[in-house]
Amino acid sequence: MKKFLTAILFAPLLAFASGAELHLDRAPDKSNDMAALQNGAKIFVNYCLNCHSASYMRYNRLKDIGLSDAQIRDNLIFTGDKVGEPMKIAMQRAEAKAWFGVAPPDLTIIARARASEFGSGADWLYTYLRTFHRDESRPTGWNNLVFANVGMPHVLWELQGDQVMGEDHKLKLVKPGKLKPQEFDAAVGDLVAYLKYMGEPVAEFRKQLGVIVLIFLAVFFVFAYALKREYWKDIH
Amino acid sequence: MSCDDKVDCGRRRLLFATAAVGGVAGVAVAVPFVASMLPSERAKAAGAPVEVDISRLAPGEMMTVEWRGKPVWVINRTKEQLEALPKIDGQLADPKSEKPMQPDYARNATRSIKPEILVAVGICTHLGCSPSEKFKAGTESGIAADWPGGFFCACHGSTFDLAGRVYQGKPAPTNLEIPPHMYLGDAKLVIGEDKKA
Amino acid sequence: MSKVNAILQGTLNWVDERFPLTSLWKDHLAEYYAPKNFNFWYFFGSLAMLVLVLQIVTGILLTMHFKPDASLNASGVPVAFASVEYIMRDVSWGWLIRYMHSTGASAFFVVVYLHMFRGMLYGSYRKPRELIWIFGMIIFLALMAEAFFGYLLPWGQMSFWGAQVIVNMFSAIPLIGPDLSIWLRGDYVVGDATLNRFFAFHVVAVPLVLLGLVAAHIIALHEVGSNNPDGIEIKKKKDANGIPLDGIPFHPYYSVKDIVGVIVFLMVFSVIVFFMPEFGGYFMEYNNFFPADPLVTPPHIAPLWYFTPYYSILRAVTYPLFGIEAKFWGVLAMGAATLIFALLPWLDRSPVKSIRYRGPLYKGFLAAFVISFLILGYLGMLAPTPARAIVAQICSVIYFAFFLLMPIYSSLDKCQPEPDRVTSK
Repeated sequence: MKKFLTAILFAPLLAFASGAELHLDRAPDKSNDMAALQNGAKIFVNYCLNCHSASYMRYNRLKDIGLSDAQIRDNLIFTGDKVGEPMKIAMQRAEAKAWFGVAPPDLTIIARARASEFGSGADWLYTYLRTFHRDESRPTGWNNLVFANVGMPHVLWELQGDQVMGEDHKLKLVKPGKLKPQEFDAAVGDLVAYLKYMGEPVAEFRKQLGVIVLIFLAVFFVFAYALKREYWKDIH
Repeated sequence: MSCDDKVDCGRRRLLFATAAVGGVAGVAVAVPFVASMLPSERAKAAGAPVEVDISRLAPGEMMTVEWRGKPVWVINRTKEQLEALPKIDGQLADPKSEKPMQPDYARNATRSIKPEILVAVGICTHLGCSPSEKFKAGTESGIAADWPGGFFCACHGSTFDLAGRVYQGKPAPTNLEIPPHMYLGDAKLVIGEDKKA
Repeated sequence: MSKVNAILQGTLNWVDERFPLTSLWKDHLAEYYAPKNFNFWYFFGSLAMLVLVLQIVTGILLTMHFKPDASLNASGVPVAFASVEYIMRDVSWGWLIRYMHSTGASAFFVVVYLHMFRGMLYGSYRKPRELIWIFGMIIFLALMAEAFFGYLLPWGQMSFWGAQVIVNMFSAIPLIGPDLSIWLRGDYVVGDATLNRFFAFHVVAVPLVLLGLVAAHIIALHEVGSNNPDGIEIKKKKDANGIPLDGIPFHPYYSVKDIVGVIVFLMVFSVIVFFMPEFGGYFMEYNNFFPADPLVTPPHIAPLWYFTPYYSILRAVTYPLFGIEAKFWGVLAMGAATLIFALLPWLDRSPVKSIRYRGPLYKGFLAAFVISFLILGYLGMLAPTPARAIVAQICSVIYFAFFLLMPIYSSLDKCQPEPDRVTSK
């Protein structure tokens, strides 16, 4: 009985205690930084779009981030696709699965899917792309802090350099890459900003329209409320 | 409708004003709802220009190209066929191509950029069937003894000549549509785009 | 001007001789006398109607672009999942329509839960309104079915595994259960056949049932007249013309008032649609942006928030009874938790209807019920732990005690006398 009472008393506390924590770095917000988004798009087509498709994203949608049809065709399309086509890849899924163990997922809405109670999808991606480290026990030679035993090797390795996991469970850069650490973080920030944009290209317009809609409804409210008062003044 | 006493007047004005704002709200909601039924980005992308190589299209031959999901005919007309065109002007509904069924650069006797190459949308202007080719002249065509060669729509019997011009007294109201097109070099035809754009 | 009026009047007469247009207008709007003391809680009935219309209109438009097809396209994405993204990007304004529909689903439950709570506050289910309440409860069940079927359609991970879990609940029914769940799925796993039939249920079958039930709900309401926050019958005090002294015509008084409520609702609705359509993962779950994968269950699956109180009750039952496994009793408890509302008209023995004149016992039980309902709802979103299970068990007991003990505490309660006429507080 005593045990039961204790359980009742302490259960609420235990019940709402949270489980394992996942620490994520906060991705910089570059939603309105066209230069960063364009740079992110460039990194995306160069480093990601070989294995990952973005099959719901049409190239010509990139006009949203200030690119013209000609710029898109000349700088971003390497496959002979038309600008109206979605970002597909030539790699066969069956082959990809044989090479990597899993077929690389489509990345169009990855920034939405990776959101969790620990942070936005952009935060997850920003942390993920910066925390690859050498791990000889893995077939690719790489492991990751937020995506344990990930199938993907460190694609941005040339840029970042080699990181290893120290005794203190912190990552140490042992061999620098082409970019300085803060340059690399900025580049990943651009890429993540692009992935976030690609997850919902309409997001910025949606918010702008929302402001207009709310202002309109506020005006409508004034009229409707005045009308209600006018009718109800007879009712006591 | 006059308003007799003050209260009613104010109330009516307020009622109309609120109804007007509500009407604006209704229209503002209806616009995106109606617009969602327009062709999507995918449909627009599928409507992109098509490039065709016509170097192997021999005189008297025809090829069909799909553009925006519609058949587009490319016909290499022979000299005789071209010479026969003006002779039947009297039987046609719009021999001079006065109705706007073609870009300006195809508003000529042959309805084409290069005289011998006809590019036309193979959709009958009556109710949208695709006519079939009846190039053989005379009774062999099964149409008429003086048939000079052209197209016949099996749905409702409209006939068109080798420039896509419709005959008089047929259900189809206008000539066949000439799509925007242009040439990149001698044998490379682009359908769906012209230099204007 | 008078000529135009004459023509209009003539047309109206012509119609009225063939269809009761004027009398319908009078019976249900212009001469439907509603109590004049409706408060905030009385907005939610008409708001539920508004959301129903919104869901039907946006749903029809979505149906024009959605494809209920679980096969994989060339990029290895299920066609149904890809067609939702197609709506979000390629269809003009498709994103707005889709967000309105997804937000509308949650809004529907918010509004309906508040509407039901209003009925519990003021005893709206009591005689003579038992049938209105019963129709309402069936609407609630149909709405849950509608939401469940609809949630499979985007064919994301949560769609898939949610349907998997709920369909498997039916396998808990003794004897016929396993066959029943295969029959429901039309396959041995949730698959293309399931997606197609859920689509049929979501867009045709359940909406038809809902519309019929809503009509029955309103016809029954207009037959007996609305309750009010005082819980007294306005029809008992009528003037010389037979019009209730405390009644006012629904139109124009409540039509202009409801418009104000509608605008406030639309403002909240717009804030969600335009600024937080996922609503922190509560209205659209993040994992549902991954396409359905029959080989990988997400680490933590939870139903959408409106099902979580019942889901918690399901998980709270962990003891086998009478030789039958706990799974069966859990499903039974969950079913009972949703159905037991329908018994309220017969469980409540209080001499008064409204919370305003009830005694402390009822108020206490109602408060405990609301709190445990909210806790159950919260726990249903979290992964289960032993401690949480105990809390859920306690809350489930309170949940059922509220209903099952009601005949006792409602008749023992010290109530205050009801007033003769409605009051405005």
